[in-house]
Amino acid sequence: MTERNVIIIGSGPAGLTAAIYAARANLAPLVIEGEASSTSDQPGGQLMLTTEVENYPGFPEGVMGPELMDRMRDQAIRFGAEFLTAKVTLVDFSGRPLRAWVGDDEYLARSVIVSTGAQSLMLGLPAETRLLGHGLSTCATCDGFFFRGHEIAVVGGGDSAIEEAIFLTKFASKVTVIHRRDHLRASKIMQERAFKNERIEFLWNHTVVDLVGDQKLEGAIVRNTQTGEERKVALGGLFVAIGHRPNTDLFRGILTMDDDGYLVTTVGTATNIDGVFASGDVQDHVYRQAVTAAGSGCMAAIDAERWLEAHDHH
Amino acid sequence: MAQAITTLSTQTFDEIIGAATGPVIVDFWAEWCGPCKMIAPILEEIASENGTITVAKLNVDDHPDLARRFDVMSIPTLIVFKDGSPAKRLIGAKGKGQLLQELGEFL
Repeated sequence: MTERNVIIIGSGPAGLTAAIYAARANLAPLVIEGEASSTSDQPGGQLMLTTEVENYPGFPEGVMGPELMDRMRDQAIRFGAEFLTAKVTLVDFSGRPLRAWVGDDEYLARSVIVSTGAQSLMLGLPAETRLLGHGLSTCATCDGFFFRGHEIAVVGGGDSAIEEAIFLTKFASKVTVIHRRDHLRASKIMQERAFKNERIEFLWNHTVVDLVGDQKLEGAIVRNTQTGEERKVALGGLFVAIGHRPNTDLFRGILTMDDDGYLVTTVGTATNIDGVFASGDVQDHVYRQAVTAAGSGCMAAIDAERWLEAHDHH
Repeated sequence: MAQAITTLSTQTFDEIIGAATGPVIVDFWAEWCGPCKMIAPILEEIASENGTITVAKLNVDDHPDLARRFDVMSIPTLIVFKDGSPAKRLIGAKGKGQLLQELGEFL
């Protein structure tokens, strides 16, 4: 079986930038890019569920998230990166070569770059499964259209929540941002836009503790975090943007992670296993930007290339 | 057996669904939906690999009335119609393996 120089797991900005650099270094990388999904672990990563990206350098007019990712992928292909549209189901990094499986198919590599990213957190309520797609959504760009003229809410207080709320005012008559604190974590520019938007209201110091509706979402039970008081708010739709969790289930017990499951890297992008590198949101819960992910993908490819050279594999 | 994907509209929906002899998977989609674009090629493969099933696409931007009629509030939504009525509903994009598994009873 072919032993590859490098396998890249994941295909967001980190994985694709690693692929561009590794391909240009003649390492013929295999990118196992993931599978179609609506929960932000799909090929192309979280940007596939966004609309306009305004802060990626080089695009003064902005660029659509999916288009940016298509272009990165094309750039990687141009230099010879190979793509496999599948999800890695198992890895074994205990010996040499490093091993990864997609179902029964085994792939061998001298080095691995893990760029599996992060996915949206759900509320963790039992009613969620029943109402997802029936008024409850984690993808404003996919589902906003169906809430034209409705009064809806977004749960969360970070950039994703505020971006979603602003986007949703294109359709909804009113968007209430439900946030557990009394101030937003979102960037100043997004906060200013949200405060200026007449269709956005804020429900501070509240969490969503239950959902109302059998076939279709009709509302939510919210709890005041100060007083503990609960009440029902009628809603035509509810969008969840309360943060992310890293896609690291595959590496549990194998790669060192912090308490939240993010991979721990030392000396650039190196993990605890020799020859295994990590880049992008899977190892970063601080910056979480397309450009920082791309930057760390570049670092991982350079680290892998140097590691391969030092181990006489190239 | 290669099979073209049927495009449905408000005008043709009832006629095409009513006249179908086998199950029809209707893909509710829109141009602006990233996950819809991801599953489109998978559905084309499923259509060409399974002669007994018809795959049809319905653009919710062009035909919001049909999306409302079937309570579609999230896309992609796939509704499998059997003998003219909805028999199964799948919400959200999924990989080919998982789609084949969930559609297994109709293939």
